[in-house]
Amino acid sequence: MRSLEAQAPRMRAGPALSDLAAHPAPTPLLRAGRLPLALLLLVALVVVAIGVGRYPLSPVEVLRVLWLHVAGEATNSVADAIVWQIRLPRIGVSMLVGAALAAAGAAFQQLFRNPLVAPDTLGVSSGAALGAVLAILFGAGFAVIQLAAFAGGLAAVGIVMLIASRLTAHDALVTLILTGVVVASLLGAGISFAKYVADPYNTLPAITFWLMGSFASSTWRELAAIALPAGAAFVVLALLAWRIDVLALPEDEARALGVRTRLLRGAVIAAATLATAAAVAVSGIIGWVGLVVPHMARRIAGPRFARLLPLSAVAGAAFMVVIDTIARVAVVSELPPGILTAIVGTPVFIALLARTRQAL
Amino acid sequence: MLEARDLAFGFPARRVGTGVSLRVERGQTLAVLGGNGAGKTTLLRTLLGLVPAQSGSVDIDGAPVASLTPTERARRLAYVPQQHVPPFGFTVEDIVLMGRAARVSAFARPGRADRAAAARALERLRIEALAQRPITQLSGGERQLALIARALAQEAPMLMLDEPTASLDFGNRARVLAELDRLRDAGLTIVFSTHEPEHALAHADRALLLAGGRPLASDIASRALTADNVTRLYGIPVDLVEVGTRKLFVHRADAPGPVPG
Repeated sequence: MRSLEAQAPRMRAGPALSDLAAHPAPTPLLRAGRLPLALLLLVALVVVAIGVGRYPLSPVEVLRVLWLHVAGEATNSVADAIVWQIRLPRIGVSMLVGAALAAAGAAFQQLFRNPLVAPDTLGVSSGAALGAVLAILFGAGFAVIQLAAFAGGLAAVGIVMLIASRLTAHDALVTLILTGVVVASLLGAGISFAKYVADPYNTLPAITFWLMGSFASSTWRELAAIALPAGAAFVVLALLAWRIDVLALPEDEARALGVRTRLLRGAVIAAATLATAAAVAVSGIIGWVGLVVPHMARRIAGPRFARLLPLSAVAGAAFMVVIDTIARVAVVSELPPGILTAIVGTPVFIALLARTRQAL
Repeated sequence: MLEARDLAFGFPARRVGTGVSLRVERGQTLAVLGGNGAGKTTLLRTLLGLVPAQSGSVDIDGAPVASLTPTERARRLAYVPQQHVPPFGFTVEDIVLMGRAARVSAFARPGRADRAAAARALERLRIEALAQRPITQLSGGERQLALIARALAQEAPMLMLDEPTASLDFGNRARVLAELDRLRDAGLTIVFSTHEPEHALAHADRALLLAGGRPLASDIASRALTADNVTRLYGIPVDLVEVGTRKLFVHRADAPGPVPG
């Protein structure tokens, strides 16, 4: 029942998908151990990252400063101020942004049974950005900017899905990506228009600076503002994890198994878009994280969403901490992290695409 | 019991078939036959309640299928779709557990009882050894058995299989058909579509022949599957020959020996 036949279905029907997703599986035990390991790595990274900068601290010093503050023996030392008022909130925000984008990407990939979709390739990031830019243009406060980002993201993914479903191409995988890219570029034009009409002395710099995606001015308040929606989205996705696995089956099968696919898909899209919007509202468009990180996480965690989601989030957080730390110290002035993620993400995406085309 | 009366099925823009009436009792097997594009899959999807009927009715144990919630439907009817390569490398155990979706609430994960049901399903088909293998790496026959196991884990009294033997080799075909016989004997109601009239004759109690979207025959298998009907169904001259206890349909061009009847 095996031998030759085992190869045949992949060559025959084998859309890239199965080839990208099917890889030698580590044993379940190994897989279960990856998350604690990743968490440990993340904590270590954070401790190191806190120490890195123009006022360097060794990991031991960092731990001491953290401990003293928590123990209530906070001194007015420079180290305490730098760690607690500048570096920690910044690292916290960057972690949450990375985690939110990676979790959203993992959800979108599972939902569309497509390892190439992500908040950015689906146009969600651009939609959220346009919403946020419009809100900034009208001088709205942060809560409104977040809401506008959420609405913009939802509208974008809705439009992309509508167009993609109307285009009856046989390569649904590529159609969805192309539609996403096309819609994203249209939304990009909308952003450009908003910048064009923005006040060049006031609003325009704010928009431009925000769009490039920087964590430089992160505060504890910002941290809370992203933690709330992103956390809520994460909890919803985690609770629905097993159902989302069933949703990864073809539509008919999921429905025949008793899943209300439309309702569930709506919930997942809303949650993933909320996470994306929360990230975009604080840091602008930071691309690639939502595409590359979940893909890597899937290779380690396997296809089950209950494992994929937390590992994606932790890996996204770790990835973003590294990127932002490099952005802080690499050049004399700050480097927008979106530039760095693009430098890392583009070649990885091209490699993915190359493998996809080969498999077809 | 599954009953359809004067069923028209398809889509508002494109009607696929009309005038189909059928009735399958508990513990019976119905085979659906028809040429390529005759609408077998659409008919099954309509019987499953996945596509609304254009007119007429489909009743499951006396209740209209359209009136059932997705959960109720899944508890009564299990579906084994046509073969395809799944998108992600879930293990066979994961896939079979998904058969429990109608018994696991939206925010929950499958529990001990669900795992036991999945294990029973794997055991019944004697594929426990495949449990930890990724479904993407199975052969066609193994994957078909895994999908049947998923349907069994659903613990529905009725099983619908869309061309369960298509793309299987000779041995796997026989294995899957023998499995269907066993399940029928265990009291399940089975509907399957096939391109092999002989399979229908040997393994089904009743047969529905679809030609051009209309039922050519809907009767006890041996009455529906005559040489005449099969000839009309596929548009080629066919003879029914008996070899020992087996009945075979043979294209007349290469019929062996004198033509009976």
